[in-house]
Amino acid sequence: MLTLSLILVPLIFTIVLFLLPDSKCVKHIALFGALLEFALSVFVLINFLYYCHCVFNYNSQFFQHLGISFSLNIDGLSMLMIILTTFLSPLIILSAFNKSSPKPPAFYALILLMEMAFIGVFTATNVLWFYIFWDLTLIPICFLTAIWGGKNKRVITVEFLIYTLVGSLLMLIAIIYLYTLTPGNHSFNIYSFYGLHLDYKTQVLACLAFFMAFAIKIPLFPFHSWLPKTHTASPTQGSMFLAGIMLKMGIYGLLRFIIPLCPLALGSSTFYAVVLSVVGILYSSIIAIKQTELKRLIAFSSLGHMGLIAAGVFSLTFNGIEGGILQVISHGINVAGMFYCYDIIYRRTKTGTIASIGGIASKAPIFSVFFMIILLANIALPLTNGFVGEFLILMGIFEYNAYLSAIAGLTIIFGAIYMLWMYQRIMYGETTEATQDFPEISLRESLVLSPLVIMIFWIGIYPKMFLHIAEPYVRDLLEVLTYKLK
Amino acid sequence: MNYIWLIPLFPLFGFLLIALNFKRFKGSYAGIIASTTVFSSFVFSAIVFANVLITKQAYTIELFQWIHFNTLSVSFSFLLDQLSAMMLMIVTGVGFLIHVYSIGYMKGDKGFNRFFSYMNLFVFFMLMLVMGSNYLIMFIGWEGVGLCSYLLIGFWFKNHNFNNAAKKAFIMNRIGDLGFLMGIFMLFGRFGTLHYADIFEQSQVLSVGDTNITIITLLLFIGAMGKSAQIPLFTWLPDAMAGPTPVSALIHAATMVTAGVYMVARSNILYALSPFTLLVIAIIGIATALLAGAIAVFQTDIKKVLAYSTVSQLGFMFLALGVGTFSGAMFHLTTHAFFKALLFLAAGSVIHALHGEQDIRKMGGLRKKIPITFLVFLIGTLAISGIPPLSGFFSKDMILMNVFHSGMLLWVVALIIALLTSVYMFRLLFIVFWGQPSPHADSTIHPHESPKSMTIPMMILAFLSILGGLFGIPEIFGGNEAISNYLAPVFAKSTALLIQNPHEVAANIELLLMIVPVILIFVIIYALYYYFVKRKNLPPDEMQKRGLFSKMAYNKFYLDEIYDFLFVKPGAWFSVFLQEIVELKIIDKFISKVGQVVVWTGKTIRYVQTGNVGFYLFAMVISIILILVLNLF
Repeated sequence: MLTLSLILVPLIFTIVLFLLPDSKCVKHIALFGALLEFALSVFVLINFLYYCHCVFNYNSQFFQHLGISFSLNIDGLSMLMIILTTFLSPLIILSAFNKSSPKPPAFYALILLMEMAFIGVFTATNVLWFYIFWDLTLIPICFLTAIWGGKNKRVITVEFLIYTLVGSLLMLIAIIYLYTLTPGNHSFNIYSFYGLHLDYKTQVLACLAFFMAFAIKIPLFPFHSWLPKTHTASPTQGSMFLAGIMLKMGIYGLLRFIIPLCPLALGSSTFYAVVLSVVGILYSSIIAIKQTELKRLIAFSSLGHMGLIAAGVFSLTFNGIEGGILQVISHGINVAGMFYCYDIIYRRTKTGTIASIGGIASKAPIFSVFFMIILLANIALPLTNGFVGEFLILMGIFEYNAYLSAIAGLTIIFGAIYMLWMYQRIMYGETTEATQDFPEISLRESLVLSPLVIMIFWIGIYPKMFLHIAEPYVRDLLEVLTYKLK
Repeated sequence: MNYIWLIPLFPLFGFLLIALNFKRFKGSYAGIIASTTVFSSFVFSAIVFANVLITKQAYTIELFQWIHFNTLSVSFSFLLDQLSAMMLMIVTGVGFLIHVYSIGYMKGDKGFNRFFSYMNLFVFFMLMLVMGSNYLIMFIGWEGVGLCSYLLIGFWFKNHNFNNAAKKAFIMNRIGDLGFLMGIFMLFGRFGTLHYADIFEQSQVLSVGDTNITIITLLLFIGAMGKSAQIPLFTWLPDAMAGPTPVSALIHAATMVTAGVYMVARSNILYALSPFTLLVIAIIGIATALLAGAIAVFQTDIKKVLAYSTVSQLGFMFLALGVGTFSGAMFHLTTHAFFKALLFLAAGSVIHALHGEQDIRKMGGLRKKIPITFLVFLIGTLAISGIPPLSGFFSKDMILMNVFHSGMLLWVVALIIALLTSVYMFRLLFIVFWGQPSPHADSTIHPHESPKSMTIPMMILAFLSILGGLFGIPEIFGGNEAISNYLAPVFAKSTALLIQNPHEVAANIELLLMIVPVILIFVIIYALYYYFVKRKNLPPDEMQKRGLFSKMAYNKFYLDEIYDFLFVKPGAWFSVFLQEIVELKIIDKFISKVGQVVVWTGKTIRYVQTGNVGFYLFAMVISIILILVLNLF
């Protein structure tokens, strides 16, 4: 029931907000809803850490005869993803509080709907329901972009929607095919999928279908071209959700489906997958060096980090996967912070062109410190969250192949190059016309940034809890993998 | 010894206190707080040092598990043995003096509070680097000091030249750090742990020349190249002089840049197992020392001369490591920390007196105007040049003596490096302090002596530069090489590996080896005195023609331009290429083509849907017939 209520709370608030007339207290209701959800997830977390896991299993009787029962469960991986989602959502809502351009109730309703869909994706143990939630996440983000977005918002939204739907449809075909293979009355339950003994050929086909869906979502090179565009068109809240959580669904999918379902197919092709990810890391890091728009730079940087996470997961080593999961959390936090810093600058200067911004550090020293910390976490400085994750990932890749690890490791150099260049241009130097009277960040803005910074140091200095939650999950996964490979 | 963790905590606390109140603290308040925290660390370090000195034991204190799952276990723990206790004394002692000096030097700067918060943060990270008991904690400090160096080089962030220098320092360090990181991975792969104690314990049974160890040590050394400014990663250090002078003294002379030397000394067993790596280190050390020394002779910026001198001295230390005298390298590291910090502080005092002038051609005749600064600068110069009985003489002698064991030729090269030192240092001394004030100089400037908060730290450092040699008086003068004996437990295993049969040099040869350099140095001093003071020669202006070698050296052998041509430009070009061609012309075009094909297919097939029932019926019948016919075959 606890798990179900995690889905119900945002859903109820979504409905309430859709029905409410536009008023000043709408945003507060939305914030309250998200905070309530966060409190609930912390309660779940405490239960998870100290009590039996089975409490989180939820099974409804609907459509049982078709094998489409609505069933949920929380394991280590789900738990971390849920915490990431519920932690970021209130901050994203708070980031939208803005007197100059107030948002209608529908805006907040869509955000909460998205949160609900994410929780659904991360908890569903019925694959059909997983698929439904997976595509449900697209609806709010598309509306957010199409209505509140920037230049070319409609065209870009349509491209994004079609692109990701192509991937999901391939996944749907694979899901239905696997469903027909399940014994007896057939079932969409993920555990009956895990129980299947697929031959090599089937695994390859299923692996390809799933891989396309997740590669587009993560996104892996060369399926990434929708991402920088969507980021530039999307409102900040959309970008925060997109880069902070939605891309991570791809990594979640890799761990949930490809590794346990198609180990043989994966076993013969991990090398190519790691190489593809590493190429993507280099590609996006190098492109980021010469970006002129702040938001595109962040988008390409985020692309590089996602490639690194994927490479860690594909290395199929304990360190690589554990680091990948931790980095999913860390990067979600960091990239949300980066986009919010962009938002702060954009709202004050009305421009995102790096060349026309400068000298902010002398106008807003507190902001420059926040930005610097988030930036350092992004370039994986020790004692920030980015370091622990990327260290473990690179170590995992190193165990798999030392040369690839060295090449992937170039990201720490390139990251420093483009991030410091960007920071120098916009924060240091003399002020420009756009930044002449750049106000210091407000209390509300620092309320968004402070929790992010706290998490950056928490995970960076004392990551024990997060590693501890993920550890049994990774162990089980690798045991299943070795068992199936035999 | 449970209070050890307080040592790094003081400066961290100071950093947080100043950083969180940076708008509230007025006057010198922040500087006093920052100095107090470093002094507290110094007091505790002294206690630790005394403890280690007396008990001759090493202590390990574990705070908590940092990264711990599966087989990986990295704890947040500190190791205090002879080596780290010695480094602690240098970092906190010299660090404290430079903090005090900075109170006077930075007075009135708008970023006064910010400056001291960064300085305290730096000391914190440097202490982590030195105290960590495993390679990952060292790496925290390693990257952390790099960050502080970045922040402090670009301290006056309105100037983009300074920012570029800061960025360059960070990125070049990062290149080294990647090598270091790979070394760490390989260490873990080989030993299954990152703790010094376990690794060194396990490596004792390995044979000399183990390939894995060679690769590991080389990778770790790449990190040292970045941090300690060795060829090919040294060009950032001269640029780093953009930072305030106390920063150059603390970070880019006394402490941070010696981290590479410390790292190699710390991993001495691994390095002793790999003669090939030691050879590489010696060669790179020599090459760097000669190149930087040659450049230093032709520079005209007082801080640049000192910066290249630092690079050269670091190369000398690596030469010492390369020939296996770890204690010699650590000894020179210590004395160098004293006199190089002193020289930088004195240079800062000169710059302060001349209101920011750094070009030595516009100085001259400062001897009488700022006598205290002159005196300490003189002491620093004598010490670094190796004039007995100042500290530099003893530390250089220890290294030269060990180099002599490795070969006569190597000794000659090392001697040339040592002599180069006196060339550029006395050239600097004579141009700045002797002669007449240059005609270029702004006549409105009246040089004035620095305040007490600046002169007293300099005097203490001058005192240390004179007496620092006492730690390592060779047996021939009735000393007992105290420093070698003190550090012996740390280097015991590697000494046993490297020196199977200690060669004894006859006393008269040893004495000769000491006297020859000293005589040569005096000859050089006289020649320089004649050239710069008697003849009143000055380094040529920008416009004047220079000789080929002089031009090359003055322009740092065009290394920056070469790097720019080889890496920076092609990198930028490649980035644009990927963006404009691959991303927009290929990937994006392809995706929209796919989209267009779908649209086109839809449009084309739409014509089939005519709405004519007769056509549909016709199509149905044809299809059924086709299916039947196909089934027949």
